[in-house]
Amino acid sequence: MTPAAPVTPARLPTLLLLVCLMAFLAMPEAFSGLFAPLTRNGAAPIYTQAPLLFLTLNHLALVAAGTLAATIAAVGLAIATTRLAGLSFLPLARAVANIGQTFPPVAVLALTVPIFGFGPVPTLVALFLYGLLPIFETTLTGLTELAPEAREAATACGMTETQRLMKVELPLALPLILSGIRLSAVIALATATIGSTVAASTLGEVIISGLLTGNTAFVLQGGLVVAALAILLNEGFMLLEAIAARRAGRPSAKG
Amino acid sequence: MAEPAFAASRRALIDPLGATLAAIVAIAFLFQPLMLLRPNRIAPAQGAFAWEALPGLQPMACGIITALVVLILISRADARLRLAAAVAGLVGLGLAVGSGASHLLPPGSAYARVAPGAGAWLALFALSLATGDALVRLRLSPSGRIAALVVAAGVLAGFLASGLWSDLSVLREYASRSDAFLRELWVHAGLSVFSLLAAVVVGVPLAMLLRRVATLRRAALAALNVLQTIPSMALFGLLIAPLAWIGAHVPGAAALGIAGIGVAPAFIALFAYSLLPIVGSTIAGFEAVSERTREAADAMGMTAWQKLLRVELPLALPVILTGVRIVLVQNIGLSVIAGLVGGGGLGVFVFQGISQTATDLVLLGALPTVAMAFAAGIVFDALIDLSRRQETR
Amino acid sequence: MIDFDSVSRLYGDRPAVADVSLRVGTGEIAVIVGTSGSGKTTLLRMVNRLVEPSSGRILIGGRDNRTLPAHALRRGIGYAIQGHGLFPHRTVAENIATVPSLLGWDAKRISARVDELLSLFHLDPALFRDRMPHQLSGGQQQRIGVARALAAEPPVLLMDEPFGALDPIIREKAQEDLLAIQKAYGTTIILVTHDMDEALHLGTRIGVMDAGRLVQYDVPHAIVAAPATDFVRSLLGAGDRAFHLLSLSTVEEMIESGEAPGAAIPADMSMRAALSESLWSRREALPVAKDGRVIGRVTRAALERRGAGPQ
Ligand SMILES: Nc1ncnc2c1ncn2[C@@H]1O[C@H](COP(=O)(O)OP(=O)(O)O)[C@@H](O)[C@H]1O
Ligand SMILES: [Mg+2]
Repeated sequence: MTPAAPVTPARLPTLLLLVCLMAFLAMPEAFSGLFAPLTRNGAAPIYTQAPLLFLTLNHLALVAAGTLAATIAAVGLAIATTRLAGLSFLPLARAVANIGQTFPPVAVLALTVPIFGFGPVPTLVALFLYGLLPIFETTLTGLTELAPEAREAATACGMTETQRLMKVELPLALPLILSGIRLSAVIALATATIGSTVAASTLGEVIISGLLTGNTAFVLQGGLVVAALAILLNEGFMLLEAIAARRAGRPSAKG
Repeated sequence: MAEPAFAASRRALIDPLGATLAAIVAIAFLFQPLMLLRPNRIAPAQGAFAWEALPGLQPMACGIITALVVLILISRADARLRLAAAVAGLVGLGLAVGSGASHLLPPGSAYARVAPGAGAWLALFALSLATGDALVRLRLSPSGRIAALVVAAGVLAGFLASGLWSDLSVLREYASRSDAFLRELWVHAGLSVFSLLAAVVVGVPLAMLLRRVATLRRAALAALNVLQTIPSMALFGLLIAPLAWIGAHVPGAAALGIAGIGVAPAFIALFAYSLLPIVGSTIAGFEAVSERTREAADAMGMTAWQKLLRVELPLALPVILTGVRIVLVQNIGLSVIAGLVGGGGLGVFVFQGISQTATDLVLLGALPTVAMAFAAGIVFDALIDLSRRQETR
Repeated sequence: MIDFDSVSRLYGDRPAVADVSLRVGTGEIAVIVGTSGSGKTTLLRMVNRLVEPSSGRILIGGRDNRTLPAHALRRGIGYAIQGHGLFPHRTVAENIATVPSLLGWDAKRISARVDELLSLFHLDPALFRDRMPHQLSGGQQQRIGVARALAAEPPVLLMDEPFGALDPIIREKAQEDLLAIQKAYGTTIILVTHDMDEALHLGTRIGVMDAGRLVQYDVPHAIVAAPATDFVRSLLGAGDRAFHLLSLSTVEEMIESGEAPGAAIPADMSMRAALSESLWSRREALPVAKDGRVIGRVTRAALERRGAGPQ
């Protein structure tokens, strides 16, 4: 029926992008010829205040830490508010999530500085807080709206509430939860970029330094690396989602 | 799902949600400073509890109001009483914060700053949620919700105009740059709204075109998806280089404001981000119109245009509006980033505030942004409901 | 085996089930029939406590069904529903093994039971064990749903419109399978349907529900011969009564001597099935066999005479 791994047309360009990114990060100096025309007055074409590879890894580590924390908290919260005992808190949690969504990430970032000072911590807090919402919403949808007959069958088979959660509800919700994590991670990548305005050492540093010194080459290379990371992150998660959806017994929509 | 037969007996004496919110209000009042006092705008702050920050008998009044609000929220009072309590709490909080600022501010000091403390923010958070919860329980109609928003905006404007809050640090910051504030506010709103309009003008016809050509549709949606994924700062960066080149080399382009830095990259990036939700929701909206409805329109002898304008568009409208809502709220938030690339907007104050470690300046940029996004969300939710209602009529 | 003792269930102040008392004997198939919204599903779901009664009680094997914790009770009661409710993320074998593994059976016993059930439902274990539910046809999914319900050999099986979504030919096959399985295991079954034909075909006893009340509970013959209310009569369908009688009698009592072409039908086939066989195979008369020996024939004319009107 369905082929083992649907080869989507996007697969090849994605791989190519990955290779280009790795090559650039490994030896950025080799590419200085490409960026030189964008500089003026003999400014450096490649950002060297900190190695690009270091900034990239730091950036990704922040995103991973913030998203991981957000995932644990949001999934836990969604589970708690869908159990019988937590049901009356569901409207509150929904309301907070909805209001939170209208908060721009930059505002969250800026308002955490007074509390935690400059450095990576405000960025981490902003990543965490802003990452909660998409994961919470998708987990909630996954736990309450998917396959009602299967959930009822689980009860009728004599599963306890915990067994139903672990054996039926969570596995079925996994693809949706993953899509929430993907959204969060992509937003986190963007927020971490802005985080360099509050002195988190991320790739945003390259862009901002370019803006401050009028060096378009910096702006462009920072933008390119961040954009490539975002696309790769998104594609990677989409792949995971497709695998999870297949394992959850849903043939992919394209197949 | 198994329903508990004991549901009726579980109807306890307290309202669990209300009790949680009431607990937050009580903690905010008892254990968190109502106000923060700084000798100058960037010095470390010192907290003042409600009974330290308020003059005369006001602490007692404040305490009594808090206790009443807490009691009503905990009890299973009906929605209207809860609403009254929450609103009374909010108004009381507004008065207390204004009065505390005036009381704490050392007379004659031009540098000292007084701002609301954690207690005030916590109470604001809990009371707003209580208000929202009560409004939800009242099941307001869409126009009722807009009316509630207008009333809230009116009360807020009243506080600002009355001068009650003029000793608060945010308003001090405002007072020293009111011209710039109004200008950037308009730039911010303009950027958000006009990039949205451009996206609608381009996106809706584009979607109707893509609807007919399946291969093109897949490619276009994939491309827009990638665009949507790219972080805003990176997209600004990617746009700056080509725009700088155009500004420098295409005659007349610079005169139109096209340059590497400024409004142009901000506008184009916002426009690009708006396209996917608009195109996606338009396609989804049209797909939601059933084949039978279309056939009925054909059978009645409608021309293609009549069918589009009288049948398909009205039926697709709620879904399209959902896309517009997403874009507007998103644009209001993203426009903050425009401040980084010289595009103006309220982000100017946010980033200035960050670089000067001046929290109040950050708030001057962030609070109106949040308020705008929030109001836009409420208005569009109501509009979406109204357009749905039209449909079922 | 199962006793409903003045059971009622209110939603708000509207009764979905009102004061129902009935007894289902061990090894019987009780079919609950009624129009949509008459409370059949609610009645059924009170047995395994997916719904709790507002008043009254339900005894299973003489014990109140509230003495055990709900989940333990449910592990001893099979439950099959129309939408089949298979777990989409588990293979056929894992679906069937749900209750046995909850009960802690060892792997070997579970595996043997899965194969046994698959064979029972005419599905080759080697082919079907590891399929996912979405790789099955509707009829196959339905059979797996029933197999799952039967996996732990429950003494009681509840079925809510189990055959509703199947097309007529597959439905008939599934009904025959059910009868065979019931005979093999002696399971006590309560089955809900809105289809009177199905009720007459499967039921040891039939309960007719109308607006939450049980208006008649009796053996099929008695229901057809003496409908208790106009509602029951209308469910039977005015002109169809004699036709229903056809499906309740076997051809054995109208065998005449003589020859007929083609394959023989068994003597315990219902008159209705014989009539349809005669029409399908375009034979005016059918040979009838008992214990593998042809003992005579039935004619279409005679069958139609029986179906034409009351005798
Ligand atoms: N969970 C519920 N909440 C409110 N009313 C219900 C619920 N379940 C069933 N009902 C009502 O009870 C009546 C009987 O429903 P049901 O037992 O499902 O009927 P049937 O299975 O015969 O179609 C219907 O009027 C239905 O609307
Ligand atoms: Mg039913």
